[in-house]
This record gives sequence, C-alpha cells and structure tokens, in this order.
Amino acid sequence: MNIETRALKTRAETDLASQYEALRASAGASVALRDKAFALFEAKGLPHRRVEEYKYSDLRAHLKSAAAPAAVASLEQSTASLAAAEAFAGVDRFRVVLDNGRLVAGLSDLEALAREGVGVTDVALLLEDEARARGVLSAPALACDDVSVALNTAFLQGGVAIAVGEGASVSKPVEIVHLASGEGARYSRVEVSLGTGAKFTLIESFAPTASSGEVNAVSNYMVGDEAELTTARLVAGGDTHVSSIFLTLGTSSRVKTLGFNVGTGFARTQSFVSFTGEHADADLLGITMLRGKGHGDQTLVVDHAVPHCNSRELFKAVVDGQAEAVFQGKIIVRPHAQKTDGRMMTQALLLSEEASMANKPELEIFADDVQCAHGATSGQIDEDLLFYLRARGIPETEARALLVLAFLAEAVEELGDEAIVAALEERVRGWLSVEA
Amino acid sequence: MLEIKNLHARIAEDETEILRGIDLTVKPGEVHAIMGPNGSGKSTLSYILAGKEDYEITEGDILFNGESLLDMEADERAAAGLFLAFQYPIEIPGVATMTFLKTALNAQRKARGEGELSTPEFMKRVKDKAAELNITMDMLKRPLNVGFSGGEKKRSEILQMSLLEPKLCVLDETDSGLDIDALRIVADGVNRLRSPDRAMVVITHYQRLLDHIVPDVVHVLSRGRIVKTGGKELALELEKNGYADYVGEQAA
Repeated sequence: MNIETRALKTRAETDLASQYEALRASAGASVALRDKAFALFEAKGLPHRRVEEYKYSDLRAHLKSAAAPAAVASLEQSTASLAAAEAFAGVDRFRVVLDNGRLVAGLSDLEALAREGVGVTDVALLLEDEARARGVLSAPALACDDVSVALNTAFLQGGVAIAVGEGASVSKPVEIVHLASGEGARYSRVEVSLGTGAKFTLIESFAPTASSGEVNAVSNYMVGDEAELTTARLVAGGDTHVSSIFLTLGTSSRVKTLGFNVGTGFARTQSFVSFTGEHADADLLGITMLRGKGHGDQTLVVDHAVPHCNSRELFKAVVDGQAEAVFQGKIIVRPHAQKTDGRMMTQALLLSEEASMANKPELEIFADDVQCAHGATSGQIDEDLLFYLRARGIPETEARALLVLAFLAEAVEELGDEAIVAALEERVRGWLSVEA
Repeated sequence: MLEIKNLHARIAEDETEILRGIDLTVKPGEVHAIMGPNGSGKSTLSYILAGKEDYEITEGDILFNGESLLDMEADERAAAGLFLAFQYPIEIPGVATMTFLKTALNAQRKARGEGELSTPEFMKRVKDKAAELNITMDMLKRPLNVGFSGGEKKRSEILQMSLLEPKLCVLDETDSGLDIDALRIVADGVNRLRSPDRAMVVITHYQRLLDHIVPDVVHVLSRGRIVKTGGKELALELEKNGYADYVGEQAA
C-alpha cells in the first residue's frame, strides 16, 4: 500500500488489525473497498485527544481492547433480544430488525412495508456485488477521513437500505431496531432515501449491549426535493457506541432529527448535515442524559453549501454523577450560501458537583448576507423553582424530575410526532425514577 | 391551629438576624393580618412557615395543629395543610399549569393516604374553580406563570389554594401589583375559602386589601417582632398615621 503506515500502538489497535486480517479472506466482492477504508485506519490509528474532532472523546484511551466482530445471532437469540427492546412499544409502527449488524428478515415487517411501496434491501446482499457495494460503502465527503466511519466500512456486517418512492407517504413510522445478542462488536449500515415529495418517519433504536459490546453504526439519509423526514435515534446504554449520521437535504425539503443518548458508557453520535438544494429546513435536536461515569458526545457539522436554507440546532444535556457530556457543533456557510439562517443552542443541566459539560459551538461563515447565532449555557436546578414546587406538596425527587422534564421538553416536543415524543418522555421519566 | 413561640431566625448564609422573638397564635376560623414597614420581616416569616431552607431558626418553635413544623420539609408542610401564596409567583417554563396542578394535588393526596383523583374528576374541579377566578382554559394550558400578567399570577395562586384546600393559608402581599378589579376577584376568591375550620394569615403593606378581606386580628410587625396587636380598626389607624410610631418605639 502507498499510504505511509503508522505503527498501531495500543492493544485495541492491534486487535483490530488482526481481526481485519481474519475477516479479509472472506470479504469477497467488497474487499477492495474495505481495504481502502482500513488503510485509513492503519495510517491514523484510533482517534485520540490530539485529533481536534475527538478532543473531548478520546476513543483510543477509552478502548482498552477491541471486541471481535459479533457472530450472526440465532433466531432464538434475536427473538429474545427483541422482546426486551420495547422503548417504542407504545408507537404504532413497522419494525425492521437488525441483530449484530445484520438484517433479521424473519422478525421484520417486510411484507407490510412492501405493500406500502417501501423498498427494503438487505445490505449484506448489496455487498456481494462490487458495483452495488461501492454505492453503499463510499463514505460521504464530509467525513471521508473519519476513522470511525472507515472502521465501519472495513468491518461492515450488514444493514438495511430503505427506499421511499417519489410522492410516497408511509402510513406509520418505521423503527429500525438494532439488537445486540451476546458479545462482540457490531458494524451496521442504514441507507434511507426519500424520493421527491416523499414523507417518512424513522426511528432507530439501539438496545443496550452486553458489557464488552461495541457498536459502530453508520446511517445515511438522503432526502429528496420537497421530501419530509422526521427521525429519532435512541442510544440506550452499552459500553462503547459510535454512531455516524449523514443527512443530505434536497431543495425545499424539511427534516427534523432528534438524537437521544442515555447511558453510562461511552457514546458518540456524530452528524454530518449537508444542504444541497435551496429553501430546505432542518431542525436538529439532541438530548443527552448521563450518570455514573458515562461519557456522551453529540458532534455536529452542518454544511450550508447553498443559499436560502435554515437550520436550527437545539441540544440539551442532563448530567449527573461523574459523567461528562460533550457538544461540538459547527455550522459552515459556504461563500455562495447567502440568506442562510442558522441558530445553534446548547444547554446543560448539571445535577452533581462532579458532572461536567464541554460545549464547543463553531461558526465558519464565508458568505456576507446570513443570519447565524450560537449560544451555550450550563447550570444547576434553580432552588427557587424547586422550593415553589415543594411548597405545593410535591416531594423533592418528584419536583426535581419535573424540572428536568421541563428543561428537556422543548427539545423533545419540537420533534412533533406525538407518539414518539410520548415514548421518549417516558424514557426520560424512567431515567429520572432510578436513583443515581 | 398555628402557634408561633418566641421565634428567632436568621439568614443562614450571612447570619443576619431577621426575626427576633415572634409570638403569634391563630385559631381555626380566624383571619389575622400582619402589617409592617419594609424590612420588618413579614416575607421572611411567610417563607419560614412554608419551609424555605435559606433561614436558620435559632430559638423558639412553630406548632401547626400541635406538631412542630421545624422538622418537616416544605412538601410535608404543604401536605399537612399549609399553603403559602407567593408574593412573586415563579415562572416555570416547560411545565404546563394543568400538569403542575394535578401533580401537586395528587402528591398531597398521596402523602395523606388518600387516593389519586381521576382525570375527569380533577378536570371538573379545576374548571369550576378556574371559572370563579376568571381563569381561562387557555391559561391553564400555558406553562406555569410564564407570560402571565401580575394579576394572572395572583389569580393562579388563589386557584392553587382553592384546589388544594389547605387548613392554613398564608398570603404574602397578595395585593401587590393588582389593580382594583383584579384585587376584587382575588379577594372574593379568598373570602370563598373562609370557613370555621380554616385559618388565614394575610401579610400586607396596605390597608386596602383588608377592606376586602376583613381580618379578625391585626398585628404590627417591626424589626422582627410583633409590636402591637389589635382589631381591624388598627389597620385604619396605620393607614392614617403610618408606621413611624412603631418603628420609633422599637428604636428607643
């Protein structure tokens, strides 16, 4: 290989190298694409604190060793895991089930989705053909040198591609349930494309992994002209989780996304948003709830490459124990992207002395007729509000929970889908009812 | 109902002494007015009754139906039947007024070992009482006190009081910021709650509130002590002569 290789130093890095060596032999049609991605990892190693994008989330220091790619789960295992993954049980939805990174057709509502005119394809099948594999595995430009994405490509186990046709409106939301049965690492890919004028609501939920479990998931949402996408992503627990989301908005499209991180492990959700057509609107929402020694990172790059688009970013974090939350948000306005309106706000509620929040908002503006703003706050529960509630007979724990819910309400409710909002609020209440 | 005995209190943070030996006994069915100049300790007394943690009791006791309040948390006092109508009701964005009312009422019922109210039963109670106070359903859907005018906030306090049906109502300058019409609505709301088994402590600067809520006893508080107690005519006298006599008396 031509790229100058850097010695892989840590145990996790050498683990990954030997795991890749083993996987390569059976990679078939996708091997060249995987090799290219893996070469990037070999050159850069795991991202660490001296890599600006990972400054607050040192993946190299966190990963003491790398779990081997998880084996295919049996249908019994998947059935049992699915029964426990009921975060959205109250939402009337279709389900598409992935376990250990692979589509489980037998547990997915594929026939019902076919009747709705939604195309569902197993990504593992696409990987068997080099040309089709290239479509899936070519990393989008905004993160072509991101090592987490490269590792996902190199180790990809499978996933699902969902196509919603032109003008189609799916009658119910679709939940992609990412299960993790047994031990090991999961590498999955979700491709979602909305044709012109399509309307679609998508949930992606990640069940907690076993203690040594790792998840590296990539989702690529392509939203066509005048299409509308609403999407919620729930990352609940697990030891190491990295999600990379690519969102591309066409002309006059509307998108609402909510990333919900709740856990005690290490979780990073990085979103790369590109406006490619004018007059598009994106509401990008995020919630992080951490306790214990949890680490939760929501990183966002919003690229306003064309004029007349609006983005609104609202990220809220509730941090307890010794947990640390991170928000990095960068809005880029390209030279011709006049009349861009971008507003980014990040707010943290710190529930303990040792909890911490790192906020890094950035604006890179190269156009001169734009409106962009950012703000960041960190605070504690207001004692006067607490006293008011308690003076009305509401016990302290309940009063605190009410105030946390109130703090998060704006970001959750903005999503708009009532059933999903209710499910997420239930999740918040569940988190609050557990003693720290 | 309420017995305050030689109560001394100071601000916990800087140890400033505010209350210097208050004695006050309020019996069921009575309405007591506490008047006094700025800084005399009126609001502090109301906060201490409600259980705010910023104050330290250095001497004395407060008995509520024979039991000391001092060992009780604010929410336990509320469940026991004590209600403070705040001088400055607090805005809580993100908590719908209706949700707040229901949470508070059911928390108190639970603490007293009563069952929670069903939603229809709760709604009926709120609607009836809200109508009496000219509070619209629209207001109840809004976040608690957010964007409410001064008058709306005070009416919201009285709505909470009517709904929670406390045994002892402490009203801290409920007349401040109210115009004549709003004052009448609020006073009517308070008067509807007067009953032989409920007592009220009405804290105010001005006599005009006492035209509407007629007290049985009037106390003058100055420099952390009750310096004069009399009937409702005492309020009129204060209105005429001001507090100068009492402030002077203390200073001497």
